[in-house]
Amino acid sequence: MDFKFTEKELALKREFEVFFEAEMKKAPPEFGNGGLEAIYNTDEGFQFHKYMAERLAETGWLRLGWPKKFGGMEASIMEQIIFDEVVGYYSAPGIDPFAVGMFAPTLMAGANDEQKERLLKPIGEGKAFYCQGWSEPDAGSDLASLTTSAIRDGDEYVINGQKTWTTGGHKAEYMFLLARTDPDSKRGKGLSVFHLRMDLPGVEVRPLLYMDGQHLYNEVFFKDVRIPATDLIGVEGEGWALTRQTMNFERSGAGGFSGAKKVLEDLLVYVKNTNRNGKPLSKDPSTRRKVVELYIGSEVGQSLAHKIADLHAKGDFMNLITTASESKLFSTELAQQLSNYATEIMGPYGQLQHDELAPLGGSMAELYQFCKGATIFAGTNEIQRNLIAWTGLGLPRLKFK
Amino acid sequence: MDLSYNSEQEMLRKSVAEFLAKECPFDTVREIEDSEEGYSAKIWKKMAKLGWMELYFPEEYGGLGDPFQDLTIILDEIGKKAFPSPFFSTVVQCGITLLEGGSEAQKKDLLPKIASGKLIMSMAQLEEEASYLESGIQMPAKLSGDEYTLSGKKLFALDANIANTLIVAAKTDEGVTLLLVDAKNPGIACRKMGALGKNNCCELIFNDVKVSKDAVIGQPGQGWNILEKMASKATVAKAAEMLGGCYESIDMTNVYAKQREQYSTPIGGFQAIQHYMANMKLGYDTSLYYMHKVAWMTDEGMDTTKEVSALKAQVNEQYKFITERAIQIHGGIGTTREFNIGLFYRRAKAFEYIMGSTDYHYDLLADALEM
Repeated sequence: MDFKFTEKELALKREFEVFFEAEMKKAPPEFGNGGLEAIYNTDEGFQFHKYMAERLAETGWLRLGWPKKFGGMEASIMEQIIFDEVVGYYSAPGIDPFAVGMFAPTLMAGANDEQKERLLKPIGEGKAFYCQGWSEPDAGSDLASLTTSAIRDGDEYVINGQKTWTTGGHKAEYMFLLARTDPDSKRGKGLSVFHLRMDLPGVEVRPLLYMDGQHLYNEVFFKDVRIPATDLIGVEGEGWALTRQTMNFERSGAGGFSGAKKVLEDLLVYVKNTNRNGKPLSKDPSTRRKVVELYIGSEVGQSLAHKIADLHAKGDFMNLITTASESKLFSTELAQQLSNYATEIMGPYGQLQHDELAPLGGSMAELYQFCKGATIFAGTNEIQRNLIAWTGLGLPRLKFK
Repeated sequence: MDLSYNSEQEMLRKSVAEFLAKECPFDTVREIEDSEEGYSAKIWKKMAKLGWMELYFPEEYGGLGDPFQDLTIILDEIGKKAFPSPFFSTVVQCGITLLEGGSEAQKKDLLPKIASGKLIMSMAQLEEEASYLESGIQMPAKLSGDEYTLSGKKLFALDANIANTLIVAAKTDEGVTLLLVDAKNPGIACRKMGALGKNNCCELIFNDVKVSKDAVIGQPGQGWNILEKMASKATVAKAAEMLGGCYESIDMTNVYAKQREQYSTPIGGFQAIQHYMANMKLGYDTSLYYMHKVAWMTDEGMDTTKEVSALKAQVNEQYKFITERAIQIHGGIGTTREFNIGLFYRRAKAFEYIMGSTDYHYDLLADALEM
């Protein structure tokens, strides 16, 4: 067993750190504490996201793990995880979670050559930004029950229905859509993947504000929206299999642990320099206990991320699915514990989010709210537990009607 | 990075597992637990012949010079079988103490005896105050001429009832001093304490016990330093043993959940059970991967001050959590003496105290973070 990073990996890590250390100084005040809300809530935040995407395209890191034939660097999975860790540490934008994180792998797996040229290339150049058209009001965890329809009409498909929880739907120019092309089909059969322009007639985006008023999520309504048949990705009716591949890209969570480590560094400075009842908080037994519990969480979590890299490199995909679910579960629950403990340690200051007296720039009061989204999106933590039980422990799968 | 064991290590794991499965099934574990000696001399001798006790010792002391990781593999397997033996007290605690602090003569004399299974040793450190800190060691060793005189009480000494030799941590003018003491000295009264782990957890009362100056390990006053070095390894080794117990508890519960039917369906098909088990597996996997990392760091000679405390606190809590849920899933049968999961539930609590409780390690870690 060997946990050593190679010289090449260490050199890359330093290169990433130097880049983000410099670039993140350019973040506008509206970018705040990072995270999805920083990208989508303001125009300034989204502009910075776009700027970082172009910079990352120039360095090639936007296409770090992509095959060479698509202009990628074919970096190893460990190098990709190191990159994710550095990005997570700096809460940096630029890697569009939907375009780069999800739709690009879908295109590589299912698109024809014309689509790869037309759609994949701009994503790799940091010029195309997407939102995800999966969830519907009645299709959340049970995504395969979705009803938005795409009916073939000559050289076009006609879209009708509604999507929801569409993060960044008000900023993205494009959506990748999962819709039912066979109206008589049930569940996974008869679903197809599409590329869709958000400015088409019949597409209506309505904000779905987060509990603190920030704008990330939207509802998207489709009324007789006509899209060219050339924007069908892969084979009609085979979209579910393609989507399931993408789901695995959605879960790995390496950045979550390094992000937690950064917060802990800041929290340690805070507890050493803040007095309560005549002594630094760092000498208060209850504070000490909370901080070390968080430290342990971020430490053991990071070893999960490295295990994912190792399993991927060895082609152990069954254990990879389990470990990816574990990582999503662990990192999002760690974020909840982190924000709750940090705001407890701060005492009444813990409630300050947008205030000059807010410790850690109000980031913990903000995380206290946004961490609740994370245990729900990208496969709820209950779905992750099911997957661990089924794939990791071989327990019987639930039977669906 | 390569996070797999090599083929030799896998062979070692297999041979320990097969040996213990044959020699010490769970019924035998219960018999040993109920015996006064608390170990099987027969199995102990066989183990010695297989070379596991000397494996981590350097070649110049008759060992194999294998990496620390290999020692954790043995303890992992011991943990899976809930195997009661003086391996941890003798090979890990005392063996490593001798390696870290002993004179050449002491190492050449004692380590081969440990390796051959002829010498059982016990570490006598904790006292009535039950503090893991240096200040918890107050029992005096008074020097007069060429002899120290020991008087006082030591508690929670593992396997002292079957030991030939004790390592006693005592207070001298120079500070904490470690002394090798003949366990059969008539001035020592040993009493096995009635602990829930049913392990050899002993009280030792020293009544004017005379020990030669030559019996000091290292130099007088170096004792705490040597104990800290030993602890940085023994704590990881104990964590490995505890993780073996976690693995077996989950495995046993998984098998049971697939067999046990209620409402005409295996209970493992119920989501409530599946989510308990997913949490158990998550707790185990994260802790295991972290232990692998800390064991590797130990072999690399890296500073593991923070990691060792993080690991032990994590494993203390996860072992208790996993075994508690395991019994819950087993239902009433899990609470009985005849059923095996209780062996692990009790060990989770008993081992929590060995090489430091959660609170102790939380505090050490907070100190290491300069809080």
